[in-house]
Amino acid sequence: MNTALKVFRYQVRDLARSRAIAGYAAFLLLATAGLLHFGGGPARALPSLATVVVLVVPLVSLLVSTSFVYHGNDFIELLLAHPVGRRPLFAGMYLGLALPLAAAFVLGAGIPLAVGGALASHAGAVALLGVAGVLLTTAFTSLGFLVALRVREAASGLGLALVLWLGRAVIYDGGVLLGAYGWAAYPLEVPMLVSMALNPVDVARVLVVMALDASAMMGYTGAVFQDFFGGPVGVALALACLGAWTLLPGLAARYTFVRKDF
Amino acid sequence: MHTLPLLATLLFAPMVAGRPAPPVDRLDLPAPVDTLVVATGGPWRTVGDAVRAAPRGAVVIVEAGTRREPTLVLDKPLTLVGRPGAVLDGEGERGLIRITADSVTVEGFTLRRTGLSYTDDRAAVLVDRARFCALRGLRLEDTFFGIYLANAGDCLVEDNTLAGASERETRSGNGIHLWYSTRVTIRNNDVRGHRDGIYFEFVEDSRILDNVSRGNVRYGLHFMFSDGCAYRRNVFSDNGAGVAVMYTSEVVMDGNDFRGNLGNAAFGLLLKDITDSEIVNNRFRANSVGIHAEGANRVRVAGNDFVGNGWAVKIMANSEDSEVTGNNFVGNSFDIATNSRRSYSAFTGNFWDRYRGYDRNGDGVGDVPFHPVRLFSLVVAQNEPALVLQRSPLVALLDLAEQVLPVLTPESLADEAPHLSPFATVWSSER
Repeated sequence: MNTALKVFRYQVRDLARSRAIAGYAAFLLLATAGLLHFGGGPARALPSLATVVVLVVPLVSLLVSTSFVYHGNDFIELLLAHPVGRRPLFAGMYLGLALPLAAAFVLGAGIPLAVGGALASHAGAVALLGVAGVLLTTAFTSLGFLVALRVREAASGLGLALVLWLGRAVIYDGGVLLGAYGWAAYPLEVPMLVSMALNPVDVARVLVVMALDASAMMGYTGAVFQDFFGGPVGVALALACLGAWTLLPGLAARYTFVRKDF
Repeated sequence: MHTLPLLATLLFAPMVAGRPAPPVDRLDLPAPVDTLVVATGGPWRTVGDAVRAAPRGAVVIVEAGTRREPTLVLDKPLTLVGRPGAVLDGEGERGLIRITADSVTVEGFTLRRTGLSYTDDRAAVLVDRARFCALRGLRLEDTFFGIYLANAGDCLVEDNTLAGASERETRSGNGIHLWYSTRVTIRNNDVRGHRDGIYFEFVEDSRILDNVSRGNVRYGLHFMFSDGCAYRRNVFSDNGAGVAVMYTSEVVMDGNDFRGNLGNAAFGLLLKDITDSEIVNNRFRANSVGIHAEGANRVRVAGNDFVGNGWAVKIMANSEDSEVTGNNFVGNSFDIATNSRRSYSAFTGNFWDRYRGYDRNGDGVGDVPFHPVRLFSLVVAQNEPALVLQRSPLVALLDLAEQVLPVLTPESLADEAPHLSPFATVWSSER
């Protein structure tokens, strides 16, 4: 554990020196403050903010984590030359990336919301947005690690990360839409729910939409979704899905890291 | 100057002529009024006896206490006043008051427990073929129908509170129910927990003003075949299916608040075969559908606020020559939805919060038209489960592509002069 802590502290210091995290936090701060200021109040700014979060958080988490793993390859090799366990090393590196990214998100999006009064007036939705954002951060950090450890070439690794992001954020939904048309004759509520659960970006989006945009969701289909995602069980399940998206790629990345021949 | 000699003639004519005055409606001096008091130790022990004994035009005052009597039949002009605490209890077996004569006033009672009946229209107060009645300050608790006016005219229903206990449509009656009536004013009542809060069928020239109708099983207001009526400044909230206005012409709907009507078949306002009507200065907030219009012809929708609805306006292609103008559309998931590629109504001159155009000459009107029908709303109309993709970046991309080059959405359904800033409406102060 001591090793993990040391690596974690080094990683945080290294990140603090680079401007990526600070720039990310500043961007979120500006975007949130701008949306609150020009969007006409928290009720209208929050859905837009949710869209930004769902797009930007995965992208930044993926790119920052992959590039830092590539960037730190020499450092990893150096450490591995010493009697250091690979698991603590991985834990330190992972937390050293995921926690600062999550902190940047919480501070960047949270400060304008707290100052602008949205935290007070829409506490539930803001909390949900926060938890979803943090879990998206950890999920895509895991994916970033997995990509960077699996693909040796940095350029193709970053390219793959971008494709992964585009696929999760946009193309996947296109597939779902096509599927919905293809099987339009069948009751699709449950398959749709499952397909949403299989994509972390969709899980986060649907969670926030259910909390913010409820009125359109009250038709028959909407009611099915609302029953599922609107209740405590659904929220817990959705968060569990996001948690699984953190855990499974994270474990796969650790498995790769432990066996990898650097 | 003309009325004075006329008044003098009317007042002094009897003396001059030296014989009894012919009855002059509402202008002769008030006759001394008989007052009968119903109290436990008083001259009259039951309301029924007092009413039967009272002469025409008498006042019957009922002191506090719960009374269980057969249905009171008011078959002559009189005023029935309940002192605070005066309760008529139907014991779950009968209606409470039945008015069959003109010029009856009932006020101040608590009326409770009519029980329910599937064979007659059991009501706390039933007005049957009577005119000039006034029902005011009544408190109705746990009644089947509340106030039921059939073939009534020139009546006033005012300041009443109706609290039903309905949970199911088939086991409940309407709160204030009008059937074949004319010139009735329904004012400042609070209706909840009934089947329909207020029900109008074959009613003419009547007004529904300043009422609150909420939490009813079916409609807050159910309004059919009632030409020339108006409803203003009412609140319709959290009803099973909102408000339905059907098969009527020349209705004025002004200054009402439609909110929180959520559900699979719930509307803020359902219009079906409505012609030559006005929907002005209302607010539609947080409804599944703000206005659902089928066969709405020559209807003017102006100065309304549509805020935070699922669909602000769903207008079917069988609506013609209607006009939607001067409204604010803010924070709705879908602004306009329709089932046609053509548009038969005008949507010019509204404020849309989705509008992204510009205004070069600075006159407050956008230079490029706004197309309020999103591609995604067509997608959802055809394929409801796709609703789960709401706010997905993919959907935003599709909408953007469609806005730039409309292929599927009705191109003619456009606002040619979209306003860049919200209109000031009667609801502006609450925004």
